[in-house]
Amino acid sequence: MLKVKKDVVVIGGGPAGLAAAAEVYDNGVEDVIILERDFELGGILPQCIHNGFGLHYFKEELTGPEYSQRFENDVEERDIEVKLDTMVLDVTPDRKVYAMNQEEGFLEIEAGAVILAMGCRERTAGALGIPGTRPAGVLTAGTAQRFTNIEGYVPGEEVVILGSGDIGLIMARRMRLEGADVKAVCEILPYTGGLTRNVVQCLEDYDIPLLLNHTVTKIIGNDRLEAVEITEVDENMKPKPETSKIIKADTLLLSVGLIPENELSKKADVVLDDTTGGPFVNEGRETNIEGIFACGNVLHVHDLVDWVTQESQIAGNWAAKYVKGEYKRTGSKIKMKAGENVSYVIPHTIELDGSDRNRMPLYMRVSTPLMAVDINLYADGEKLYSFSEPFAKPGEMITVPLAQKTLDDLDDVKEIRVDIIEKEGQ
Amino acid sequence: MKETKTLTCVACPKGCEVTVEFEGNEILNIDGHACPQGQTYAEEEIVAPTRILPTTVRVKGGALPLCPVKTSKQIPLEIIHDAMEIIGQKEVEAPIEIGQVIVENILDTGADVVATRDLPRKIEV
Ligand SMILES: Cc1cc2nc3c(=O)[nH]c(=O)nc-3n(C[C@H](O)[C@H](O)[C@H](O)COP(=O)(O)OP(=O)(O)OC[C@H]3O[C@@H](n4cnc5c(N)ncnc54)[C@H](O)[C@@H]3O)c2cc1C
Ligand code: SF4
Repeated sequence: MLKVKKDVVVIGGGPAGLAAAAEVYDNGVEDVIILERDFELGGILPQCIHNGFGLHYFKEELTGPEYSQRFENDVEERDIEVKLDTMVLDVTPDRKVYAMNQEEGFLEIEAGAVILAMGCRERTAGALGIPGTRPAGVLTAGTAQRFTNIEGYVPGEEVVILGSGDIGLIMARRMRLEGADVKAVCEILPYTGGLTRNVVQCLEDYDIPLLLNHTVTKIIGNDRLEAVEITEVDENMKPKPETSKIIKADTLLLSVGLIPENELSKKADVVLDDTTGGPFVNEGRETNIEGIFACGNVLHVHDLVDWVTQESQIAGNWAAKYVKGEYKRTGSKIKMKAGENVSYVIPHTIELDGSDRNRMPLYMRVSTPLMAVDINLYADGEKLYSFSEPFAKPGEMITVPLAQKTLDDLDDVKEIRVDIIEKEGQ
Repeated sequence: MKETKTLTCVACPKGCEVTVEFEGNEILNIDGHACPQGQTYAEEEIVAPTRILPTTVRVKGGALPLCPVKTSKQIPLEIIHDAMEIIGQKEVEAPIEIGQVIVENILDTGADVVATRDLPRKIEV
Protein backbone atom coordinates (compact mmCIF):
# COMPACT_ATOMS: atom_id res chain seq x y z
CA MET A 1 0.00 0.00 0.00
CA LEU A 2 1.25 3.45 -0.95
CA LYS A 3 1.57 5.68 2.13
CA VAL A 4 1.98 9.45 1.87
CA LYS A 5 1.58 12.58 3.98
CA LYS A 6 -0.23 15.72 2.86
CA ASP A 7 -0.95 18.99 4.64
CA VAL A 8 -4.53 19.12 3.34
CA VAL A 9 -6.61 16.45 1.61
CA VAL A 10 -9.74 17.62 -0.22
CA ILE A 11 -12.30 14.88 -0.90
CA GLY A 12 -14.37 15.68 -3.99
CA GLY A 13 -13.45 17.82 -7.02
CA GLY A 14 -16.73 19.68 -7.54
CA PRO A 15 -17.02 23.45 -7.14
CA ALA A 16 -16.69 23.08 -3.36
CA GLY A 17 -13.47 21.05 -3.50
CA LEU A 18 -11.94 23.24 -6.23
CA ALA A 19 -12.53 26.53 -4.41
CA ALA A 20 -11.43 25.11 -1.06
CA ALA A 21 -8.18 23.73 -2.49
CA ALA A 22 -7.28 27.01 -4.22
CA GLU A 23 -7.98 28.93 -1.02
CA VAL A 24 -5.80 26.58 1.05
CA TYR A 25 -2.99 27.14 -1.45
CA ASP A 26 -3.43 30.92 -1.48
CA ASN A 27 -3.13 30.93 2.30
CA GLY A 28 0.34 29.52 2.07
CA VAL A 29 -0.30 25.79 2.39
CA GLU A 30 0.82 24.43 -0.97
CA ASP A 31 0.90 20.75 -0.09
CA VAL A 32 -2.77 20.15 -0.90
CA ILE A 33 -4.35 17.36 -2.95
CA ILE A 34 -7.82 16.82 -4.47
CA LEU A 35 -9.20 13.28 -4.69
CA GLU A 36 -12.06 12.83 -7.19
CA ARG A 37 -13.79 9.59 -8.12
CA ASP A 38 -15.00 10.80 -11.53
CA PHE A 39 -12.85 10.96 -14.69
CA GLU A 40 -12.94 14.77 -14.66
CA LEU A 41 -13.26 17.69 -12.24
CA GLY A 42 -16.35 19.87 -11.79
CA GLY A 43 -18.73 17.64 -9.83
CA ILE A 44 -22.30 18.12 -10.92
CA LEU A 45 -21.52 21.24 -12.99
CA PRO A 46 -20.48 19.67 -16.33
CA GLN A 47 -24.02 18.27 -16.69
CA CYS A 48 -25.70 21.55 -15.69
CA ILE A 49 -25.37 23.06 -19.15
CA HIS A 50 -27.97 25.77 -18.50
CA ASN A 51 -27.16 29.38 -17.67
CA GLY A 52 -27.78 30.81 -14.21
CA PHE A 53 -24.45 30.33 -12.45
CA GLY A 54 -22.12 33.00 -11.15
CA LEU A 55 -24.40 36.02 -10.97
CA HIS A 56 -23.37 36.75 -7.39
CA TYR A 57 -19.75 35.66 -7.52
CA PHE A 58 -18.70 36.85 -10.99
CA LYS A 59 -21.53 39.34 -11.58
CA GLU A 60 -22.17 37.68 -14.92
CA GLU A 61 -24.33 34.81 -15.98
CA LEU A 62 -22.47 31.62 -16.82
CA THR A 63 -23.44 28.05 -17.59
CA GLY A 64 -22.41 25.24 -15.23
CA PRO A 65 -19.47 24.07 -17.36
CA GLU A 66 -18.18 27.64 -17.72
CA TYR A 67 -18.39 28.27 -13.98
CA SER A 68 -16.57 25.03 -13.30
CA GLN A 69 -13.85 25.70 -15.83
CA ARG A 70 -12.85 28.96 -14.13
CA PHE A 71 -12.14 27.06 -10.91
CA GLU A 72 -10.49 24.16 -12.71
CA ASN A 73 -8.18 26.75 -14.27
CA ASP A 74 -7.43 28.20 -10.81
CA VAL A 75 -6.41 24.76 -9.59
CA GLU A 76 -4.31 24.08 -12.67
CA GLU A 77 -2.52 27.45 -12.52
CA ARG A 78 -1.47 26.71 -8.95
CA ASP A 79 -0.22 23.25 -9.88
CA ILE A 80 -2.39 21.73 -7.18
CA GLU A 81 -2.13 17.94 -7.21
CA VAL A 82 -5.29 16.19 -8.44
CA LYS A 83 -6.00 12.47 -8.51
CA LEU A 84 -8.92 11.56 -10.79
CA ASP A 85 -10.72 8.20 -10.97
CA THR A 86 -9.83 7.91 -7.29
CA MET A 87 -12.48 6.77 -4.87
CA VAL A 88 -12.13 7.64 -1.21
CA LEU A 89 -13.23 4.65 0.86
CA ASP A 90 -12.57 5.65 4.44
CA VAL A 91 -11.60 8.55 6.65
CA THR A 92 -10.59 8.08 10.28
CA PRO A 93 -11.03 10.60 13.13
CA ASP A 94 -7.25 10.99 13.27
CA ARG A 95 -7.37 12.09 9.63
CA LYS A 96 -6.07 9.10 7.73
CA VAL A 97 -7.69 9.00 4.30
CA TYR A 98 -7.94 5.68 2.45
CA ALA A 99 -8.54 5.75 -1.30
CA MET A 100 -8.20 3.55 -4.33
CA ASN A 101 -7.51 3.92 -8.01
CA GLN A 102 -6.54 1.62 -10.85
CA GLU A 103 -3.01 2.87 -11.35
CA GLU A 104 -1.78 2.96 -7.78
CA GLY A 105 -4.13 0.57 -6.03
CA PHE A 106 -4.78 1.25 -2.38
CA LEU A 107 -3.53 4.56 -0.89
CA GLU A 108 -3.18 5.78 2.66
CA ILE A 109 -2.80 9.51 3.09
CA GLU A 110 -2.01 11.00 6.47
CA ALA A 111 -3.60 14.45 6.37
CA GLY A 112 -2.90 17.56 8.40
CA ALA A 113 -6.46 18.62 7.68
CA VAL A 114 -9.29 17.08 5.68
CA ILE A 115 -11.91 19.00 3.72
CA LEU A 116 -15.09 17.03 3.01
CA ALA A 117 -16.57 18.18 -0.34
CA MET A 118 -18.45 15.11 -1.56
CA GLY A 119 -21.62 16.91 -2.64
CA CYS A 120 -25.02 15.24 -2.44
CA ARG A 121 -27.13 12.57 -4.09
CA GLU A 122 -30.73 12.52 -5.23
CA ARG A 123 -33.60 10.95 -3.39
CA THR A 124 -34.93 7.99 -5.42
CA ALA A 125 -38.26 6.27 -6.12
CA GLY A 126 -37.48 3.59 -3.54
CA ALA A 127 -37.02 6.23 -0.88
CA LEU A 128 -40.43 7.68 -1.77
CA GLY A 129 -42.51 4.52 -1.66
CA ILE A 130 -45.00 5.24 -4.46
CA PRO A 131 -47.31 2.22 -4.93
CA GLY A 132 -47.18 0.24 -8.17
CA THR A 133 -44.56 -1.50 -10.29
CA ARG A 134 -40.92 -0.50 -10.82
CA PRO A 135 -40.61 -0.45 -14.61
CA ALA A 136 -37.81 1.15 -16.64
CA GLY A 137 -38.44 4.82 -17.29
CA VAL A 138 -38.59 5.91 -13.66
CA LEU A 139 -35.42 7.81 -12.89
CA THR A 140 -34.12 10.81 -11.01
CA ALA A 141 -34.00 14.14 -12.81
CA GLY A 142 -30.24 14.36 -12.30
CA THR A 143 -29.71 10.96 -13.93
CA ALA A 144 -31.84 12.08 -16.87
CA GLN A 145 -29.76 15.25 -17.02
CA ARG A 146 -26.56 13.23 -17.23
CA PHE A 147 -28.00 11.02 -20.00
CA THR A 148 -29.25 13.98 -22.01
CA ASN A 149 -26.37 16.40 -21.60
CA ILE A 150 -23.28 14.21 -21.28
CA GLU A 151 -24.04 10.83 -22.75
CA GLY A 152 -26.19 12.07 -25.61
CA TYR A 153 -29.30 10.04 -25.10
CA VAL A 154 -32.72 11.53 -24.29
CA PRO A 155 -34.43 9.09 -21.93
CA GLY A 156 -38.07 9.37 -23.09
CA GLU A 157 -40.79 10.93 -25.19
CA GLU A 158 -43.76 11.44 -22.90
CA VAL A 159 -42.64 12.79 -19.58
CA VAL A 160 -44.17 13.52 -16.18
CA ILE A 161 -42.02 15.16 -13.53
CA LEU A 162 -42.62 14.64 -9.83
CA GLY A 163 -41.30 17.43 -7.65
CA SER A 164 -40.60 21.02 -8.58
CA GLY A 165 -36.99 21.25 -7.42
CA ASP A 166 -34.63 23.12 -9.73
CA ILE A 167 -33.31 20.01 -11.44
CA GLY A 168 -36.87 18.94 -12.31
CA LEU A 169 -37.72 22.36 -13.71
CA ILE A 170 -34.51 22.56 -15.73
CA MET A 171 -35.10 19.07 -17.10
CA ALA A 172 -38.70 19.89 -18.05
CA ARG A 173 -37.37 22.55 -20.43
CA ARG A 174 -34.43 20.49 -21.58
CA MET A 175 -36.55 17.50 -22.58
CA ARG A 176 -39.13 19.76 -24.21
CA LEU A 177 -36.37 21.37 -26.29
CA GLU A 178 -35.14 17.92 -27.26
CA GLY A 179 -38.60 17.17 -28.61
CA ALA A 180 -40.23 15.30 -25.71
CA ASP A 181 -43.81 15.98 -24.66
CA VAL A 182 -43.56 17.13 -21.04
CA LYS A 183 -47.07 16.64 -19.73
CA ALA A 184 -46.87 18.08 -16.24
CA VAL A 185 -44.76 18.90 -13.24
CA CYS A 186 -46.51 17.71 -10.05
CA GLU A 187 -45.67 19.28 -6.70
CA ILE A 188 -47.24 17.97 -3.51
CA LEU A 189 -46.76 21.30 -1.69
CA PRO A 190 -48.75 24.46 -2.43
CA TYR A 191 -45.56 26.17 -3.66
CA THR A 192 -42.58 25.22 -5.83
CA GLY A 193 -39.31 23.92 -4.47
CA GLY A 194 -37.19 25.61 -7.11
CA LEU A 195 -36.15 29.15 -7.92
CA THR A 196 -38.92 31.37 -9.30
CA ARG A 197 -36.82 32.23 -12.34
CA ASN A 198 -36.77 28.55 -13.26
CA VAL A 199 -40.55 28.30 -13.03
CA VAL A 200 -40.79 31.22 -15.47
CA GLN A 201 -38.02 30.25 -17.88
CA CYS A 202 -38.58 26.51 -17.85
CA LEU A 203 -42.32 26.00 -17.47
CA GLU A 204 -44.17 29.20 -18.38
CA ASP A 205 -42.06 29.85 -21.48
CA TYR A 206 -43.06 26.44 -22.85
CA ASP A 207 -46.61 26.18 -21.47
CA ILE A 208 -45.71 23.18 -19.32
CA PRO A 209 -48.40 22.82 -16.64
CA LEU A 210 -47.33 23.09 -13.00
CA LEU A 211 -49.77 21.17 -10.81
CA LEU A 212 -49.38 22.32 -7.22
CA ASN A 213 -50.93 20.18 -4.44
CA HIS A 214 -50.60 17.15 -6.71
CA THR A 215 -48.63 13.95 -6.39
CA VAL A 216 -48.06 10.67 -8.22
CA THR A 217 -50.12 7.97 -6.53
CA LYS A 218 -49.38 5.03 -8.79
CA ILE A 219 -46.74 3.85 -11.23
CA ILE A 220 -48.18 1.72 -14.05
CA GLY A 221 -46.30 -0.52 -16.52
CA ASN A 222 -44.47 -3.82 -16.68
CA ASP A 223 -41.12 -3.60 -18.43
CA ARG A 224 -41.40 0.04 -19.40
CA LEU A 225 -43.45 2.77 -17.75
CA GLU A 226 -46.83 3.14 -19.48
CA ALA A 227 -48.66 5.67 -17.36
CA VAL A 228 -48.79 7.35 -13.97
CA GLU A 229 -51.77 8.13 -11.80
CA ILE A 230 -51.73 11.64 -10.39
CA THR A 231 -53.96 12.88 -7.60
CA GLU A 232 -54.65 16.17 -5.90
CA VAL A 233 -53.88 16.32 -2.18
CA ASP A 234 -55.67 18.13 0.64
CA GLU A 235 -54.06 20.55 3.09
CA ASN A 236 -52.70 17.60 5.10
CA MET A 237 -51.08 16.27 1.92
CA LYS A 238 -53.49 13.34 1.81
CA PRO A 239 -54.57 12.29 -1.70
CA LYS A 240 -58.20 12.94 -2.64
CA PRO A 241 -59.06 9.74 -4.56
CA GLU A 242 -61.94 11.34 -6.48
CA THR A 243 -59.42 13.63 -8.22
CA SER A 244 -57.18 10.85 -9.61
CA LYS A 245 -56.30 10.93 -13.30
CA ILE A 246 -54.21 8.61 -15.44
CA ILE A 247 -51.57 10.28 -17.61
CA LYS A 248 -49.89 8.29 -20.36
CA ALA A 249 -46.12 8.55 -19.99
CA ASP A 250 -43.00 6.52 -20.76
CA THR A 251 -40.83 8.50 -18.37
CA LEU A 252 -41.24 9.71 -14.79
CA LEU A 253 -38.54 12.02 -13.53
CA LEU A 254 -38.11 12.45 -9.80
CA SER A 255 -36.96 15.79 -8.47
CA VAL A 256 -37.85 15.25 -4.87
CA GLY A 257 -34.84 16.38 -2.97
CA LEU A 258 -31.16 15.99 -2.43
CA ILE A 259 -29.39 14.31 0.45
CA PRO A 260 -25.86 15.30 1.49
CA GLU A 261 -23.45 12.43 0.83
CA ASN A 262 -22.09 11.77 4.32
CA GLU A 263 -21.18 8.07 4.41
CA LEU A 264 -17.50 8.96 4.75
CA SER A 265 -18.15 11.66 7.34
CA LYS A 266 -19.88 9.12 9.57
CA LYS A 267 -16.87 6.83 9.38
CA ALA A 268 -14.77 9.69 10.72
CA ASP A 269 -17.18 10.06 13.69
CA VAL A 270 -18.44 13.39 12.35
CA VAL A 271 -21.81 14.20 13.95
CA LEU A 272 -24.64 15.08 11.56
CA ASP A 273 -27.57 17.48 11.90
CA ASP A 274 -30.91 15.78 11.14
CA THR A 275 -32.32 18.94 9.56
CA THR A 276 -29.56 19.63 7.03
CA GLY A 277 -28.33 16.05 6.66
CA GLY A 278 -24.80 17.45 6.93
CA PRO A 279 -22.26 17.88 9.74
CA PHE A 280 -22.57 20.31 12.65
CA VAL A 281 -19.95 23.00 12.00
CA ASN A 282 -18.49 26.12 13.56
CA GLU A 283 -17.85 29.33 11.60
CA GLY A 284 -14.69 27.87 10.05
CA ARG A 285 -16.83 25.01 8.72
CA GLU A 286 -14.94 22.70 11.04
CA THR A 287 -16.89 19.65 12.20
CA ASN A 288 -16.91 18.22 15.72
CA ILE A 289 -13.70 16.40 14.75
CA GLU A 290 -10.72 18.73 14.94
CA GLY A 291 -9.10 19.39 11.58
CA ILE A 292 -11.97 17.91 9.55
CA PHE A 293 -13.87 20.57 7.62
CA ALA A 294 -16.93 20.41 5.35
CA CYS A 295 -18.31 22.67 2.61
CA GLY A 296 -20.72 22.72 -0.31
CA ASN A 297 -23.61 20.31 -0.71
CA VAL A 298 -22.12 17.78 1.69
CA LEU A 299 -22.70 20.34 4.45
CA HIS A 300 -26.17 21.55 3.39
CA VAL A 301 -27.90 21.58 0.03
CA HIS A 302 -27.28 24.82 -1.84
CA ASP A 303 -29.49 26.13 -4.64
CA LEU A 304 -26.81 28.50 -5.95
CA VAL A 305 -23.25 27.49 -6.62
CA ASP A 306 -22.03 31.01 -5.80
CA TRP A 307 -22.63 30.36 -2.11
CA VAL A 308 -20.91 26.98 -2.42
CA THR A 309 -17.82 28.84 -3.61
CA GLN A 310 -18.00 31.40 -0.81
CA GLU A 311 -18.49 28.73 1.84
CA SER A 312 -15.66 26.60 0.46
CA GLN A 313 -13.28 29.54 0.59
CA ILE A 314 -14.16 29.95 4.25
CA ALA A 315 -13.44 26.26 4.87
CA GLY A 316 -10.19 26.45 2.87
CA ASN A 317 -9.07 29.53 4.75
CA TRP A 318 -9.60 27.95 8.18
CA ALA A 319 -8.17 24.59 7.15
CA ALA A 320 -4.98 26.41 6.15
CA LYS A 321 -4.96 28.24 9.50
CA TYR A 322 -5.44 24.92 11.28
CA VAL A 323 -2.47 23.36 9.54
CA LYS A 324 -0.32 26.40 10.34
CA GLY A 325 -1.41 26.26 13.98
CA GLU A 326 -2.88 29.75 13.71
CA TYR A 327 -6.11 29.28 15.55
CA LYS A 328 -7.63 27.61 18.52
CA ARG A 329 -11.13 26.86 19.61
CA THR A 330 -11.87 29.44 22.27
CA GLY A 331 -13.79 27.08 24.47
CA SER A 332 -16.65 29.55 24.73
CA LYS A 333 -19.32 28.97 22.15
CA ILE A 334 -22.10 31.09 20.76
CA LYS A 335 -24.87 28.79 19.57
CA MET A 336 -26.82 29.81 16.49
CA LYS A 337 -30.48 29.05 16.89
CA ALA A 338 -33.05 28.66 14.11
CA GLY A 339 -36.02 30.57 15.56
CA GLU A 340 -39.45 31.31 14.19
CA ASN A 341 -39.99 30.16 10.60
CA VAL A 342 -36.30 29.26 10.16
CA SER A 343 -35.43 25.65 9.39
CA TYR A 344 -31.67 25.95 9.90
CA VAL A 345 -28.78 28.36 10.27
CA ILE A 346 -25.19 27.60 9.19
CA PRO A 347 -22.77 27.78 11.01
CA HIS A 348 -24.20 26.02 14.05
CA THR A 349 -21.72 27.64 16.46
CA ILE A 350 -19.24 30.49 16.61
CA GLU A 351 -16.21 29.52 18.64
CA LEU A 352 -12.96 30.24 16.85
CA ASP A 353 -10.36 32.77 17.76
CA GLY A 354 -8.79 33.87 14.52
CA SER A 355 -7.48 37.05 12.99
CA ASP A 356 -10.40 37.81 10.73
CA ARG A 357 -14.01 37.04 11.00
CA ASN A 358 -14.96 39.58 8.39
CA ARG A 359 -16.30 36.97 6.09
CA MET A 360 -18.99 35.74 8.39
CA PRO A 361 -22.12 35.22 6.35
CA LEU A 362 -24.93 33.26 7.97
CA TYR A 363 -26.73 30.88 5.63
CA MET A 364 -30.34 29.98 6.39
CA ARG A 365 -33.64 28.78 5.00
CA VAL A 366 -37.22 29.53 5.97
CA SER A 367 -39.70 26.76 6.78
CA THR A 368 -42.67 28.30 4.98
CA PRO A 369 -42.83 30.95 2.25
CA LEU A 370 -43.73 34.56 3.16
CA MET A 371 -43.99 37.82 1.26
CA ALA A 372 -42.24 40.91 2.73
CA VAL A 373 -40.21 39.63 5.65
CA ASP A 374 -38.07 40.93 8.48
CA ILE A 375 -35.02 38.85 9.34
CA ASN A 376 -34.47 39.56 13.04
CA LEU A 377 -31.33 38.62 14.97
CA TYR A 378 -31.39 38.37 18.76
CA ALA A 379 -28.45 37.93 21.14
CA ASP A 380 -29.65 36.10 24.25
CA GLY A 381 -33.15 37.44 23.55
CA GLU A 382 -32.11 41.03 22.93
CA LYS A 383 -32.58 42.38 19.42
CA LEU A 384 -29.30 42.87 17.57
CA TYR A 385 -30.48 44.04 14.20
CA SER A 386 -32.88 43.42 11.40
CA PHE A 387 -32.88 43.04 7.61
CA SER A 388 -35.81 43.22 5.20
CA GLU A 389 -36.37 41.11 2.11
CA PRO A 390 -39.23 41.32 -0.41
CA PHE A 391 -39.93 37.61 0.06
CA ALA A 392 -38.55 34.40 1.55
CA LYS A 393 -39.07 30.90 0.13
CA PRO A 394 -37.81 27.54 1.41
CA GLY A 395 -36.26 26.86 -2.02
CA GLU A 396 -34.06 29.95 -1.88
CA MET A 397 -31.27 30.16 0.67
CA ILE A 398 -30.91 33.47 2.49
CA THR A 399 -27.54 34.95 3.42
CA VAL A 400 -27.13 37.56 6.11
CA PRO A 401 -23.79 39.02 7.22
CA LEU A 402 -22.77 39.01 10.85
CA ALA A 403 -20.30 41.84 11.29
CA GLN A 404 -17.02 41.51 13.17
CA LYS A 405 -17.96 44.57 15.19
CA THR A 406 -21.13 42.92 16.39
CA LEU A 407 -19.22 39.81 17.35
CA ASP A 408 -16.65 41.81 19.30
CA ASP A 409 -19.47 43.27 21.36
CA LEU A 410 -20.84 39.84 22.14
CA ASP A 411 -18.36 38.62 24.70
CA ASP A 412 -20.65 36.74 27.01
CA VAL A 413 -23.48 35.93 24.66
CA LYS A 414 -24.53 32.28 24.64
CA GLU A 415 -27.01 32.25 21.81
CA ILE A 416 -27.91 34.16 18.65
CA ARG A 417 -31.40 33.47 17.40
CA VAL A 418 -32.80 34.26 13.97
CA ASP A 419 -36.52 34.75 13.30
CA ILE A 420 -37.90 35.37 9.82
CA ILE A 421 -41.36 36.81 10.14
CA GLU A 422 -43.86 38.89 8.25
CA LYS A 423 -42.79 42.51 8.07
CA GLU A 424 -44.35 44.70 10.72
CA GLY A 425 -47.38 46.64 9.54
CA GLN A 426 -48.10 44.29 6.63
CA MET B 1 -56.94 48.63 -23.57
CA LYS B 2 -54.81 49.14 -20.47
CA GLU B 3 -53.42 45.87 -19.07
CA THR B 4 -51.42 44.95 -15.94
CA LYS B 5 -49.07 42.00 -15.72
CA THR B 6 -46.93 40.75 -12.86
CA LEU B 7 -43.66 39.29 -14.06
CA THR B 8 -40.84 37.57 -12.24
CA CYS B 9 -37.62 39.20 -13.31
CA VAL B 10 -35.18 36.47 -14.40
CA ALA B 11 -32.20 38.77 -14.86
CA CYS B 12 -30.77 37.56 -11.56
CA PRO B 13 -31.60 34.90 -8.94
CA LYS B 14 -33.29 37.43 -6.66
CA GLY B 15 -36.40 37.06 -8.83
CA CYS B 16 -38.22 40.35 -8.08
CA GLU B 17 -41.93 40.47 -8.81
CA VAL B 18 -42.26 43.35 -11.26
CA THR B 19 -45.67 44.79 -12.07
CA VAL B 20 -46.04 46.36 -15.51
CA GLU B 21 -48.90 48.50 -16.76
CA PHE B 22 -49.05 48.64 -20.53
CA GLU B 23 -51.24 49.32 -23.52
CA GLY B 24 -50.26 47.34 -26.62
CA ASN B 25 -46.50 47.78 -26.88
CA GLU B 26 -46.46 50.95 -24.84
CA ILE B 27 -45.23 50.71 -21.25
CA LEU B 28 -47.12 53.00 -18.88
CA ASN B 29 -45.64 52.09 -15.51
CA ILE B 30 -43.20 49.60 -13.96
CA ASP B 31 -43.04 48.81 -10.27
CA GLY B 32 -41.41 46.32 -7.89
CA HIS B 33 -37.96 45.96 -9.48
CA ALA B 34 -34.99 46.31 -7.13
CA CYS B 35 -32.57 47.51 -9.83
CA PRO B 36 -32.56 49.06 -13.35
CA GLN B 37 -32.01 45.66 -15.01
CA GLY B 38 -35.49 44.76 -13.85
CA GLN B 39 -36.95 47.67 -15.78
CA THR B 40 -35.20 46.65 -19.01
CA TYR B 41 -36.27 43.08 -18.46
CA ALA B 42 -39.92 44.02 -17.95
CA GLU B 43 -39.96 46.27 -21.03
CA GLU B 44 -38.49 43.58 -23.24
CA GLU B 45 -40.69 40.91 -21.75
CA ILE B 46 -43.81 42.80 -22.81
CA VAL B 47 -42.59 43.79 -26.27
CA ALA B 48 -40.56 40.71 -27.27
CA PRO B 49 -39.23 38.22 -24.74
CA THR B 50 -35.68 36.96 -25.31
CA ARG B 51 -33.66 34.17 -23.72
CA ILE B 52 -30.19 32.65 -23.71
CA LEU B 53 -30.43 29.19 -25.29
CA PRO B 54 -28.22 26.58 -23.60
CA THR B 55 -28.07 23.17 -25.34
CA THR B 56 -25.56 20.65 -26.69
CA VAL B 57 -23.97 19.87 -30.04
CA ARG B 58 -22.79 16.47 -31.31
CA VAL B 59 -19.04 15.94 -31.34
CA LYS B 60 -16.89 13.74 -33.56
CA GLY B 61 -13.86 12.07 -32.00
CA GLY B 62 -14.30 13.74 -28.62
CA ALA B 63 -13.74 12.44 -25.09
CA LEU B 64 -17.52 12.83 -24.76
CA PRO B 65 -20.21 12.50 -27.46
CA LEU B 66 -21.65 15.98 -26.79
CA CYS B 67 -20.34 19.45 -26.11
CA PRO B 68 -22.46 22.01 -24.21
CA VAL B 69 -23.10 25.29 -26.07
CA LYS B 70 -25.07 28.50 -25.58
CA THR B 71 -26.08 31.54 -27.58
CA SER B 72 -23.62 34.37 -26.95
CA LYS B 73 -26.54 36.66 -26.21
CA GLN B 74 -30.29 36.43 -25.80
CA ILE B 75 -32.38 35.48 -28.80
CA PRO B 76 -36.15 35.86 -29.26
CA LEU B 77 -38.07 33.19 -27.37
CA GLU B 78 -40.25 32.50 -30.39
CA ILE B 79 -37.35 31.27 -32.54
CA ILE B 80 -35.82 28.97 -29.91
CA HIS B 81 -37.20 25.83 -31.55
CA ASP B 82 -35.84 26.86 -34.98
CA ALA B 83 -32.46 27.47 -33.39
CA MET B 84 -32.57 24.01 -31.76
CA GLU B 85 -33.15 22.50 -35.16
CA ILE B 86 -30.12 24.19 -36.69
CA ILE B 87 -27.85 23.25 -33.78
CA GLY B 88 -29.23 19.69 -33.90
CA GLN B 89 -27.97 19.28 -37.47
CA LYS B 90 -24.41 20.25 -36.57
CA GLU B 91 -21.54 17.94 -35.77
CA VAL B 92 -18.24 19.41 -34.60
CA GLU B 93 -14.81 17.82 -34.64
CA ALA B 94 -12.86 17.60 -31.35
CA PRO B 95 -10.83 19.14 -29.82
CA ILE B 96 -13.12 22.02 -28.92
CA GLU B 97 -12.16 25.06 -26.90
CA ILE B 98 -14.40 27.03 -24.59
CA GLY B 99 -15.76 30.07 -26.46
CA GLN B 100 -15.27 28.45 -29.89
CA VAL B 101 -17.96 29.56 -32.35
CA ILE B 102 -20.11 26.61 -33.41
CA VAL B 103 -22.79 28.47 -35.41
CA GLU B 104 -22.16 32.04 -36.48
CA ASN B 105 -24.97 34.60 -36.29
CA ILE B 106 -27.72 32.07 -35.80
CA LEU B 107 -30.96 32.98 -37.63
CA ASP B 108 -29.60 36.49 -38.18
CA THR B 109 -30.01 37.34 -34.50
CA GLY B 110 -26.47 38.65 -34.16
CA ALA B 111 -25.87 35.91 -31.58
CA ASP B 112 -23.27 33.17 -32.12
CA VAL B 113 -23.63 29.68 -30.72
CA VAL B 114 -20.46 29.09 -28.67
CA ALA B 115 -18.96 26.13 -26.80
CA THR B 116 -19.12 26.37 -23.01
CA ARG B 117 -16.30 23.97 -22.17
CA ASP B 118 -13.03 22.58 -23.44
CA LEU B 119 -13.51 19.14 -24.92
CA PRO B 120 -10.36 17.17 -25.74
CA ARG B 121 -10.04 14.41 -28.31
CA LYS B 122 -10.82 10.88 -27.33
CA ILE B 123 -7.64 9.13 -26.28
CA GLU B 124 -7.32 5.86 -28.21
CA VAL B 125 -6.10 2.96 -26.10
C1 LIG C 1 -29.01 19.36 -11.41
C2 LIG C 1 -28.58 20.58 -10.65
C3 LIG C 1 -28.86 21.86 -11.15
C4 LIG C 1 -28.37 23.01 -10.52
N1 LIG C 1 -28.61 24.27 -11.06
C5 LIG C 1 -28.01 25.37 -10.50
C6 LIG C 1 -28.15 26.69 -11.08
O1 LIG C 1 -28.87 26.88 -12.05
N2 LIG C 1 -27.47 27.72 -10.55
C7 LIG C 1 -26.66 27.54 -9.47
O2 LIG C 1 -26.01 28.49 -9.03
N3 LIG C 1 -26.55 26.31 -8.86
C8 LIG C 1 -27.20 25.23 -9.35
N4 LIG C 1 -27.07 23.98 -8.75
C9 LIG C 1 -26.34 23.90 -7.50
C10 LIG C 1 -24.83 23.68 -7.64
O3 LIG C 1 -24.52 23.09 -8.84
C11 LIG C 1 -24.40 22.79 -6.54
O4 LIG C 1 -24.78 23.43 -5.35
C12 LIG C 1 -22.88 22.57 -6.55
O5 LIG C 1 -22.51 21.84 -7.68
C13 LIG C 1 -22.45 21.80 -5.31
O6 LIG C 1 -21.05 21.65 -5.33
P1 LIG C 1 -20.29 20.54 -4.50
O7 LIG C 1 -18.88 20.65 -4.89
O8 LIG C 1 -20.67 20.65 -3.08
O9 LIG C 1 -20.91 19.15 -4.97
P2 LIG C 1 -20.77 18.33 -6.38
O10 LIG C 1 -20.81 19.27 -7.53
O11 LIG C 1 -21.79 17.29 -6.29
O12 LIG C 1 -19.32 17.70 -6.28
C14 LIG C 1 -18.98 16.66 -5.39
C15 LIG C 1 -17.83 15.85 -5.98
O13 LIG C 1 -17.36 14.93 -5.01
C16 LIG C 1 -17.06 13.70 -5.64
N5 LIG C 1 -17.10 12.62 -4.64
C17 LIG C 1 -18.15 12.25 -3.86
N6 LIG C 1 -17.82 11.21 -3.07
C18 LIG C 1 -16.53 10.91 -3.34
C19 LIG C 1 -15.63 9.91 -2.85
N7 LIG C 1 -15.98 9.02 -1.93
N8 LIG C 1 -14.36 9.89 -3.37
C20 LIG C 1 -13.98 10.79 -4.31
N9 LIG C 1 -14.80 11.74 -4.81
C21 LIG C 1 -16.06 11.81 -4.33
C22 LIG C 1 -18.14 13.58 -6.69
O14 LIG C 1 -17.77 12.69 -7.73
C23 LIG C 1 -18.26 15.03 -7.18
O15 LIG C 1 -17.39 15.29 -8.26
C24 LIG C 1 -27.62 22.84 -9.35
C25 LIG C 1 -27.38 21.56 -8.81
C26 LIG C 1 -27.86 20.44 -9.43
C27 LIG C 1 -27.63 19.07 -8.81
S1 SF4 D 1 -35.03 43.61 -10.74
FE1 SF4 D 1 -32.81 43.60 -10.49
S2 SF4 D 1 -32.56 42.68 -8.46
FE2 SF4 D 1 -34.64 42.21 -9.06
S3 SF4 D 1 -34.50 40.18 -10.04
FE3 SF4 D 1 -34.30 41.71 -11.66
S4 SF4 D 1 -32.11 42.00 -11.92
FE4 SF4 D 1 -32.42 40.99 -9.93
